Amino acid sequence: MDQVLLARIQFAMTIGFHFIFPPLTIGLAWMLVIFEAIGWKKKDEVYATIGKFYGKILGLIFAVGVATGIVMEFQFGTNWAEYSKFVGDIFGAPLAAEGVFAFFLESTFLGLYIFGREKVSKGTHWFSIFMVAVGSTISGFWILVANSWQQTPAGYVVRNGRAELTDFWASVFNPSTMPRFYHTIDAALISAAFFVAGVSAYYLLKKQHVEVAKTSLRFAIIFGLIVSVLEVFPFGHEHAKQVAVTQPEKFAATQGLYTSQEGAPIAIFAFPTDHPPTLKVPIEIPGLLSWMAFGDFNAKIRGINEFPRENIPPLFLTFVSYHNMVALGMYFISIMSLAAFLLYKKKLFENKKILKVLMWSIPLPLAAIQLGWIAAEVGRQPWIVYHLMKTKDAVSFTVGTGELLFSIILFALIYILLGSIFLFLLIKKIKHGPEPIAKEALQ
Amino acid sequence: MIDLNIIWFLLVGVLIIGYAILDGFDLGVGVIQLFTKDENERKININSIGPVWDGNEVWLLTGGGALFAAFPIVYATVFSGFYIAFMLLLYFLIFRSVSFEFRKFSESPEAKRRWDLAFAIGSFGPALLYGVAIGNIMRGLPIEIIDGKIVSNITFLGILNPYSLLIGILGLVMFTMHGAIYLTMKTEGNHQQKMIDWANKTWMGFIVLYVISTLATFFVAPYLFHGMLKNPLFWMLFILLLLSIVYIPVGLKAKRFGYTFLASAINIASIVGLFAVSLFPKLVPSSIDLANYSLTIYNASSTQRTLETMLIIALIGVPIVLVYTIVIYRIFRGKVILTKDSY
Repeated sequence: MDQVLLARIQFAMTIGFHFIFPPLTIGLAWMLVIFEAIGWKKKDEVYATIGKFYGKILGLIFAVGVATGIVMEFQFGTNWAEYSKFVGDIFGAPLAAEGVFAFFLESTFLGLYIFGREKVSKGTHWFSIFMVAVGSTISGFWILVANSWQQTPAGYVVRNGRAELTDFWASVFNPSTMPRFYHTIDAALISAAFFVAGVSAYYLLKKQHVEVAKTSLRFAIIFGLIVSVLEVFPFGHEHAKQVAVTQPEKFAATQGLYTSQEGAPIAIFAFPTDHPPTLKVPIEIPGLLSWMAFGDFNAKIRGINEFPRENIPPLFLTFVSYHNMVALGMYFISIMSLAAFLLYKKKLFENKKILKVLMWSIPLPLAAIQLGWIAAEVGRQPWIVYHLMKTKDAVSFTVGTGELLFSIILFALIYILLGSIFLFLLIKKIKHGPEPIAKEALQ
Repeated sequence: MIDLNIIWFLLVGVLIIGYAILDGFDLGVGVIQLFTKDENERKININSIGPVWDGNEVWLLTGGGALFAAFPIVYATVFSGFYIAFMLLLYFLIFRSVSFEFRKFSESPEAKRRWDLAFAIGSFGPALLYGVAIGNIMRGLPIEIIDGKIVSNITFLGILNPYSLLIGILGLVMFTMHGAIYLTMKTEGNHQQKMIDWANKTWMGFIVLYVISTLATFFVAPYLFHGMLKNPLFWMLFILLLLSIVYIPVGLKAKRFGYTFLASAINIASIVGLFAVSLFPKLVPSSIDLANYSLTIYNASSTQRTLETMLIIALIGVPIVLVYTIVIYRIFRGKVILTKDSY
């Protein structure tokens, strides 16, 4: 095992585990902004109860997000020293901006939100959750700026053996920043919608907290349907169009297009192999890929064969993770549409089957987020910064394999422990259920 | 002409001071938690920092980000060089960060005790390790510049030298004192008296350790004192340090806990300030060739354009942060009141 592989395993593991929590934080915070607003403005005790309950859960999720996020802030220096030296002039700024503009905001106001419920006015309390939502979203923005710069670097010049900043705004709003920002933040909203819907469905199945659960389920279904549709169109579509233009190798790998062609088909299902690059048992729709990427059924799309073998990403993983993400995205729209239809027909709350499906769907948006991230990062390989620096040249050469093994094993053990305790406490809290707030408390 | 490199040296210093003062008392409370047997006192201790510790820790993250942005060579060289020590620090911080909410969500007293322990050890470790890191930087690290490339050969065992451990213990005692003084503002009665005792005892320990550390530094890193006797800034900080440290027992005796806390904060700021003044313009001294191989604010920095951009970001962002931080500290001022929402 070499340093590069071990460093990559550690990064994938630590970011993968971390990336479970921020999407839920962002999504839940925005849903709470609405719950708490209705509870406060309309003096609605059901919404106030929902707000307080999911507010507590937000505290738990946020804590694990913070704990695992500290690692990310420093891991570029500890494990990717050559990368840090090469990109520090550009990459450090978004991380620092995230700290100043986002971390302080979300952390400080979360403290006020959790501890201030009885201490400050209802308006101030609402403002605190609003600031948490704004802060966590800005945080997502700056992280996506940094990562998007790795995908589609802009506003720099390579001088003195490193990438030097020439245009700050060009580097911030590089070609992939905004498409990826919308796509990722909306994914966060989906994850929270499914979380609230699933928990509410569980209560309805158990016939507990029925009034509260009906209200939160109704909200989560309508909200979830809207964000699930938006995720595919326009956000997913726009992002794919951008990748087709800015990173053709990655686009070809995600789509399984191994030879250039005009009127390229979309592969709905296939089993890809790396050597040689082929799709086995493909189910394809002719011409559709060309149309979706360039608005023309006959447009030529460059296949993997046009790029040097050493510069193409791992084909199997990129294709499979991307396609499963898309399949899940379609599933989200379908299940939310069905639930919304039943809601409209006033048959949702009694339909045990769909309530069960909703309950078991809680982890699926998080799985889709992981798959999307794998497609984005593996699809960029072998580059750590697209067409500028290769991943194999970016690690800390002073950190030996023994040290890496030590830290990987400890991270694995700690994260398994944290993950289990988190789930245990979360499930216990959900089973315990919301504590009703009396109407008088809202006056 | 404004020297942006100097400004960023100052700004990184401000972030480190902000972190040391604010998360410093969190860490100190954690250390005290390790020795607190009474269940109710432990609950008050952890809740005294409950609403603010997370915001305090952000100073560390922002400091890390600022170091990356302004002095990427230092960020890359030091963090990868201190690999194992840094990983240990991260593990401690992970456990500390989850301990608050995990404690709240656990119901049995045994489970709560477990998370108190995680909080305590997760604070004890960093409180010690920060000083060890500073000690190693003062000694100088084995850094060479060969063909324009920075080569470092830092080993984990090399980090664990007696001098750096001494500085580590000095930091640990300083943070514990700071935490005890913070708790005097937040507690009442018997509990408060215990904290006053803690503050007085750690104050004595701090003075003894500070004198020993200063003497040791004369031998281990004499370069830090070069030119200092003629440097007015050095004397100013030194006098500030003396005044604040002398005031601490006086303030405790007079029960002026707010002022005592301020003195403790000034004490920390002047210690970090003295370290910065002695180090300037170096960031990481080389133990191989101090004059030629040290990482300085000039050879380890980002470009002028990045420093300038970052300065604008800091000038917009930091004042806003300070305003709402102060507002929220004011909301939560006074003694700890335990409610159902407490940890």
